Amino acid sequence: MSRWDKFLDTFFNARVMAKYLPDILEGTVLTIELALLIVLSGLLAGLVLALIRSLGVRPVNWLIIFVVDLFRSLPPLVVIVLIYFGLPSAGLSPSAFVSTWLSLALVLMAFAEEIFWAGITSVPKGQWEASRSTGLGFGQTLMNVVLPQALRLTIAPLTNRTIAITKGTALGTVVALHEILGMASSAVSNSYNPSPLVMGAAAYLVLFVPVVVGARWIETRFAWKR
Amino acid sequence: MSYIVRARGIHKHFGHLHVLKGVDLDVAERELVFVIGPSGSGKSTLLRCLNRLEEPSSGSIEVAGIDMLDARTDINHARQHIGMVFQSFNLYPHMTALGNVTLALRKVAGKSRAEADALGQAALERVGLADRATHRPLELSGGQQQRVAIARAIALEPKVMLFDEPTSALDPELVGSVLAVMRSLRDSGMTMIVVSHEMGFARAAADRVVFMDDGLIVEQGPPARIFESPAHERTRAFIGQIQRH
Repeated sequence: MSRWDKFLDTFFNARVMAKYLPDILEGTVLTIELALLIVLSGLLAGLVLALIRSLGVRPVNWLIIFVVDLFRSLPPLVVIVLIYFGLPSAGLSPSAFVSTWLSLALVLMAFAEEIFWAGITSVPKGQWEASRSTGLGFGQTLMNVVLPQALRLTIAPLTNRTIAITKGTALGTVVALHEILGMASSAVSNSYNPSPLVMGAAAYLVLFVPVVVGARWIETRFAWKR
Repeated sequence: MSYIVRARGIHKHFGHLHVLKGVDLDVAERELVFVIGPSGSGKSTLLRCLNRLEEPSSGSIEVAGIDMLDARTDINHARQHIGMVFQSFNLYPHMTALGNVTLALRKVAGKSRAEADALGQAALERVGLADRATHRPLELSGGQQQRVAIARAIALEPKVMLFDEPTSALDPELVGSVLAVMRSLRDSGMTMIVVSHEMGFARAAADRVVFMDDGLIVEQGPPARIFESPAHERTRAFIGQIQRH
């Protein structure tokens, strides 16, 4: 067997790949579900927190800042492990899926809140004043005048952060979540061949390259419009 | 005489700074009052107190029969009667000219989109920009932006209009178009309070000129008298400085 054949047999073993393809696909579906849940809930929670923060109720804002700084500081892996292995002693036993989802959503929420908040505060004061002077209330001004401008400013940092955190779904393997990496590594153990890992990497690329490209498209589109 | 604006004993503190030191201002229906004075004299602050963009520290303000400082007053409702035009235009950059004008019509005055569009289009017509309805602010010149801002305010049919240095941010050649719109507003009988350095406009259009310095009204009267024979030394010095330019 030549070196080249050996290389192919190790990383691109057709027999192994065919055997474990269904597993990898199953992991991919789970990763997609998990990623969508994280993105939707994380961004929504971050936006809600930023909106609450704009009301300017001091004790509430201190609480928001505390929570946000906490989840921005903790490594996502630590949060996942804490929730999965820690909560059972408090009588709650979240599944691997729920633990990973909850952890990454909280981390995304924290970063998203800061980004949304920066966007809201960067809208000039004159915009608030013009709107309020025509009789729009605080909430109406926020929703109709300030937020649309703020969101446009947040798109670039938000997509970057969202992609970075969503890739963290791979951390779910630590709590035996059957997402792409989990499926790939158990296939490796069973087949004594690393080809499934190559399939896993390919699955991540198929999943995230369109997201990255889409983000770039959104960024340029909104950058020109201003 | 019936007054649209009655302000009494207005004080305003910003921390240690005492910006307004007891200002009284009455403005009659259809009157155009010009407020002049050196920068930092409190004229803009006075204007912004009238619609409570600034909260006065003490005093009383009545606009169109509404007690502006009463806690029970619905401030958002009251502000519909008080149009305001800002130095920096403050148009909403994400909306078209028509969108800028119709936002409050829809959200505050409760008009349907069709009604609001018709009223908004009419307001843009009045400022000579009917053909710019679908343009965004950044596609308009400064003068055009300020005229859209005026349309945004008059679309709500306010009882009084406040102008806070409306031409100060404009290139000189664009000032005329804005003043022309203000002139036609005045001719239509709008009550107006104008903070500005456009002395030519004041002479031609104002009923009364109010000179402020150091948080107080120093003197007031018809433009001819204030400009030709001011009673106070401070007024004389200020007008001398302005006219040298």
